[in-house]
Amino acid sequence: MLGLAKRKTSVTTGGSLPVVALLAAVCVFLAIGCAVSSIFAQQTVAGLAQGAIYGSLALALVLIYRATEVINFAQGEMAMATTYVAYQLTIWGLTFWLAFFVTLLIAFAFGVIVQVVFIRPVQHSVIAVVIVTIGLFILIDGLVTWKWGGELRFMAAPFGNNVYRLGSVTLSRQDIGVLLVSILSVIILWALFKFTKIGLGMRAAALRPAAASLVGVRVNWMLALGWGLAAVLGAVAGMMTEPSTFLQPTMMQPILLYAFAAAVLGGLESPAGAAIGGVLIGVFMNLIGQYVDFATAELRLPIAFAVLLVVLLVKPNGLFGRRQVRRV
Amino acid sequence: MRHLPVRQLLVIGVAAVVLALLPFQLSGYHQTLAARVALYFVAILGLNILTGYSGQISIGHGAFMAIGGYTTVLLSIHQDLNLILTLPVSFAVAFAAGILVGIPALRFSGVYLALATFALAVSVPQFPLKFSTFLGGSNGLRTTVTPSYLWLYGVSWACAAASFVLAWLLLRGRIGRAFRAIRDSEVAAASSGVALPIYKTLAFGVSAAYAGVAGSLLVLVTNGYAQPGLFGILVSLQILIGAAVAGLGSLRGVLVGALFIALLPTVAADVPVIGSTHGQDVVFGLIVILVMILLPNGFVGLLSGLERWFKTAIKSDPKTS
Repeated sequence: MLGLAKRKTSVTTGGSLPVVALLAAVCVFLAIGCAVSSIFAQQTVAGLAQGAIYGSLALALVLIYRATEVINFAQGEMAMATTYVAYQLTIWGLTFWLAFFVTLLIAFAFGVIVQVVFIRPVQHSVIAVVIVTIGLFILIDGLVTWKWGGELRFMAAPFGNNVYRLGSVTLSRQDIGVLLVSILSVIILWALFKFTKIGLGMRAAALRPAAASLVGVRVNWMLALGWGLAAVLGAVAGMMTEPSTFLQPTMMQPILLYAFAAAVLGGLESPAGAAIGGVLIGVFMNLIGQYVDFATAELRLPIAFAVLLVVLLVKPNGLFGRRQVRRV
Repeated sequence: MRHLPVRQLLVIGVAAVVLALLPFQLSGYHQTLAARVALYFVAILGLNILTGYSGQISIGHGAFMAIGGYTTVLLSIHQDLNLILTLPVSFAVAFAAGILVGIPALRFSGVYLALATFALAVSVPQFPLKFSTFLGGSNGLRTTVTPSYLWLYGVSWACAAASFVLAWLLLRGRIGRAFRAIRDSEVAAASSGVALPIYKTLAFGVSAAYAGVAGSLLVLVTNGYAQPGLFGILVSLQILIGAAVAGLGSLRGVLVGALFIALLPTVAADVPVIGSTHGQDVVFGLIVILVMILLPNGFVGLLSGLERWFKTAIKSDPKTS
């Protein structure tokens, strides 16, 4: 069942040689393509920006998966709700970027509260946690539609509509901005985990809860903190999605699908894998949309998943996942 | 296990009598509502065989329901087949689809299987949009005849009863033991001579076949229309919610789970607190969360908890000891 397996004894992850070689080959392919065709380059950059969003939401899923061993189905809806909060703040007169940072704080509190109120009471049962996150999905959807209605709404564009020209290639400022913000938030999160005591505590709580609590880590609060940080990442993804899809209650549902796929592609345990998986999927989707006639809008999702499943058949634990070895 | 389970038979007998008499007390609207309960009963039963008994998760049963539903409509349109006869065909087609999905699914487990089935649930409703000349696009297709309310009630509960008996027969013997052994430990099961690939694929096939019949019934209940929107991801999630509320790994709670997901949305719509059409989702979501917090093992967990309490209460009674 959904992660019912006992905790793995090892969570260190890293790419194996064939995977790294494959990724290098993909990079070379993209670089050659960009040098040859300007349309290819444009689609690649747009795909990178889209993929960065998938990557940050995928990272949020991975954060929660490492701590709680479940996929949070409500992650996308939480991101959507916090984006509506940012919208409300700009209505009240804040500038986009002020609203952005205030929203991150609110999202953090939101994530912590969700974990403490809804997840903690059921965290001993995996299936119960899954159903609770599905319930949260429906609940948040309903609350947002009730408060703001289902119709499209528009926020001030954070990056403007300018384009940069690089030779014959046109790059939109929005794509570049989205890419930078997403990369920056991932790097900050990585630094938090790598260099701070709280980050160390969170890693310990996720890896060995019992041992961590014996050395004085407050495991429950570390889990709540993880949910808070995941909600912050989701909020970033939501606010970076808004300029391209605009505000509507369903805006994050396809993004969640791709993020789920990205997290699994990366191996679920690996934050780097999730980010790379997100970018790969974003670029792949944009390129097949451009070059494969068969892949019309209806079939894009099935094709993406079919490719993903083929990858998983070859590597059942994702690109950066470790083979689970368990004592029986 | 060999003696006759008198108590269970009694419960089932009473339920059968109530179900047979009920339609004459109900309006047409409530008869279709009851038919909905029956079709969710079938679907939850199927998911329970897969997830509760053989330990494989699926968030994609809406896909098999879509396959069943479209099978019924296509047979009705092109072959002018009697609607009842389309149900066994749906069963067979969905069974085959389940086997086809179950074979690659052997490579996956846990969250990976969840993603694979999720992908299926998202992908299948896209096909009617792509091949709209044959499958009707987003408007969907409609059966040539629309059954009456009483017909719907009778047929869906007959299906529910048949699938319950079939599941019971399947799960009480060798196959059920193999399923449970696989769920509890694949390695131990394989060492005891259980052929993992065969039984895991079989579980997928049977479960999908149940979902296929439920999908056919769902199409018939919604005036004979098969539309992609009818089989969206929500229906897969609803069935999962129903199975969790019922409790996994036992057949005793299935009816409660079916009642929960069939009736709660309509009940939630009547709650006046929020006073808007969107209040329904808020109430539904809240109740789902509350139920899972209060009963993390579903209705079955509540039942066995009560039984345990009852037994200890009798034991501690000085008169009986």
